[in-house]
Amino acid sequence: MGVLTEGELRYLQEKLGRPANEVEQDIVGAEWSEHCSYKSSKKYLRLLPTKGKRVLVGPGYDAGVLDVGDGYVLTVHIESHNHPSAVEPFGGAATGVGGVIRDIMSMGTRPIAVFDALRFAPIEGKSKQAQKSRWLFKNVVKGIADYGNCIGIPTVGGEIEFDPSFEDYCLVDVASIGAGKKEEVISNRAEVGDFLVLAGGSTGRDGIHGASFASKALEAENRSAVQIPDPFLEKLLLEATMEAVRQGCVKAIKDLGGGGLSCCLSETSDSLGRGFDVELLKVRAREAGMTPNELMISESQERMLFVTDAQKLPELQSILDKYEIGYSVLGKAEGHENLTVRHAGKVVADMPSSLVAHAPLADRASKRPAYLDRLKKARQPRPANLGRALLSLLSNPTIAGKSWVYQQYDHEVGVRTVVKPGAGDAAVMRLDNGKFVAAKLDGNSKHCYLDPYQGTLGCLSEGVRNVVCTGAEPIGVVDHLQFGSPEDPEIFWTFAQAVNAIVDYCNFMEMPVVGGKVSFYNETAKGAIKPSPVMGTLGLIDDKKWITRPALGHGDTIFIVGETRPEMGGSEYYEYVHGITGGPVPQVDLATDRANGAAVMKLIRNGLVTCAHDCSKGGLAVALAEMAVAGKTGFKVEMDKAPSTCKRADELLFSESHSRYIVGTSKPAEVEQLLKS
Amino acid sequence: MKIGIAVFPGSNCDRDVHHVLNNVVGLQADFIWHTKDRISGYDAMIIPGGFAFGDRLRAGIIAAHSPIVQEVKRLAKDGMPVLGICNGFQILVESGLLPGALLMNDSLRFVCRWTKVKVQNNHTPFTQAFSKREEFNIPVAHGEGRYVATPDIVKDLKKKNQVVLQYSHDDPNGSTDLIAAICNEQGNVMGMMPHPERASESIISASGSGEAIGIFRSLASFLEQRAVA
Repeated sequence: MGVLTEGELRYLQEKLGRPANEVEQDIVGAEWSEHCSYKSSKKYLRLLPTKGKRVLVGPGYDAGVLDVGDGYVLTVHIESHNHPSAVEPFGGAATGVGGVIRDIMSMGTRPIAVFDALRFAPIEGKSKQAQKSRWLFKNVVKGIADYGNCIGIPTVGGEIEFDPSFEDYCLVDVASIGAGKKEEVISNRAEVGDFLVLAGGSTGRDGIHGASFASKALEAENRSAVQIPDPFLEKLLLEATMEAVRQGCVKAIKDLGGGGLSCCLSETSDSLGRGFDVELLKVRAREAGMTPNELMISESQERMLFVTDAQKLPELQSILDKYEIGYSVLGKAEGHENLTVRHAGKVVADMPSSLVAHAPLADRASKRPAYLDRLKKARQPRPANLGRALLSLLSNPTIAGKSWVYQQYDHEVGVRTVVKPGAGDAAVMRLDNGKFVAAKLDGNSKHCYLDPYQGTLGCLSEGVRNVVCTGAEPIGVVDHLQFGSPEDPEIFWTFAQAVNAIVDYCNFMEMPVVGGKVSFYNETAKGAIKPSPVMGTLGLIDDKKWITRPALGHGDTIFIVGETRPEMGGSEYYEYVHGITGGPVPQVDLATDRANGAAVMKLIRNGLVTCAHDCSKGGLAVALAEMAVAGKTGFKVEMDKAPSTCKRADELLFSESHSRYIVGTSKPAEVEQLLKS
Repeated sequence: MKIGIAVFPGSNCDRDVHHVLNNVVGLQADFIWHTKDRISGYDAMIIPGGFAFGDRLRAGIIAAHSPIVQEVKRLAKDGMPVLGICNGFQILVESGLLPGALLMNDSLRFVCRWTKVKVQNNHTPFTQAFSKREEFNIPVAHGEGRYVATPDIVKDLKKKNQVVLQYSHDDPNGSTDLIAAICNEQGNVMGMMPHPERASESIISASGSGEAIGIFRSLASFLEQRAVA
């Protein structure tokens, strides 16, 4: 099949003391794919700060777990489904939602919200390319909507960006947060003799080699590698899992995603420290004549692995029967350390789980890309008609209102959605302990292309600003790092820069990274995507009085916090209005960023502001316009009062300098006093 | 007084209705699984929203043939108040308890947003707390929410005062005569497309008021009055 490199095959043979057979090679090939093994990125990811006072479970599990007090937890995870969505947008996006939801369920928590960050090539105009982008966009949104709506989990937030580097491609990132009781979080343990129950969908030939497909550049439309979504079955699995967790009849849960049974069994066996012995004839196959290889690497959706003991097995079975979910007992946990796979009793694969679960790490060369210097300086545009430029930016699909998207998502189900899509800088959901969680996804491929380090700092800063503007204190982030091939040293350098930025920002802010994902090989024949880290920021609001929205109040005095600088590189004004790529991107000064955020949080929590809004894509002018539209009121501002080092009016209006907030207040004297102190 | 909430595989809003009835309105409500064919000890039934049986074949059609719906039909005949919300409305229509059909929205897209409805009949167990022609804010969330019936049926519905709620602010789905909710001739069975359980608490209401709680308060006061009588 040739998924493993020669070096990897040699390593495998050396560790096994014999050549691996074909089934074993396929199992290892799936698990050692970039998608499942993180073999290129792991060394870097180890640098991320993952500890914090609220972190109960950090990265490495299906989802991160944060303590939100009073015996309650919040879980969070982010995933992407880029390759499948680029080939089959509806199914690819839908199964992406399904996968991230199962990760939340695997921790024993109920998913309470879904978020999506989407990236496409420009959709305006009559060109073939624009038509294709619209087709991808429309069907990705429909895929997310159909899946999330049917399963009854609200899709409440996200972001969408359009950029030519996504031509013939798209990035579909889905994140989910879950809520549950601390005591019900799955502890993930197993004793010898415990049963391995595979429940949910039957196993077919869909999604064969999906993980390997996602670990190569997109060359041909490999539709058979795309899985088929069934949200109804996932809904049944969700309710059955919640019931099983509540009744304490599962000891460990693992969802089946990339790499199918190969990854699920090897990783679970390895993390539980128990060998597994499974019989493949027990797998409920969708079609006759499936080979052991196919059964092991099929990525058929809506499947979960439960570990339970003899005493609780009947109870688990009766729950699965109640929901009419198919299941079978594949095998048992054993005293040894191997993953032993049988077919009709005959051993077809037998390898140490830890060997399978831990790919040899790849050493990737890294080199600063040559284009960076070329794009350091850009020609300055001739000052445009500022009014027309503002209107152009407001109608720019990246900035414009997204109601066409979020009105297709049921964003109300679950009766938790307090700050709704389009109504705030971040979604705010109520929790069972009377507190509220604010969450947002942010990325900026244009900034990250020109300066991956500062661009990534900027995504983090923007995420923090978004949750702060709702009245929340940031408590953690998840990162999703999306790049082209890690085998290209210039691309790998941009990845390393992004990780460095996360390390620096999170260490400085004492904000833990509680989960994440890396997605490489996002390339087509036309080239690699721009570096596209997407950050998901979580914040906590203790008191509902603090919940703040951007809608400007009539008669409010408007304050701007933070300095505007002529940092026009990657701005929507340069790129969208003038078609210029290049120039210095906004720089984040960590101390200023922290101080400004803390000041705004203090203003909000002291009840001094009526509205707050983050200033980002499109700059001050766009942020003010958004506040006015939301508040259905006009405004008058004197721009020369804004702290600024800009010499040009267009720079002052449209620069995307970070660490800036706009607030409205009916108590200007008190706001001024607090900001001065 | 006890309210039963029918739960089908794929129901989504069962827990939301349960929360509002128990924690906000103060009525005791229990979940009842769809396989149950005898229900006793309940004063009213609610069929919540969602995607019962994944909307396979047609929204509501499989649930309409479930054991619990046969029992609900029997209880409705005896005068028990029955409320179907969203997918519950679709189930009531498919079961024949209410006339007409719910078709794909005229936009051909799922739509989730806040709108307003006007009370046209405040003599049902679900609307008696409102005054006639009172308007309130409420969200819709459906793909198949366009109410359609033959001209004769619509005429009959109007004549017999069975149009209970009409969209009053805009038209979210292209329903005939902006119909948002109808009841049966006796008035004890009502189906509505908008979601009152999502507009019963001010904290989650886009309007900030949670006025749709009147639907459930109406039911509470109706049951109280009936108990006294």
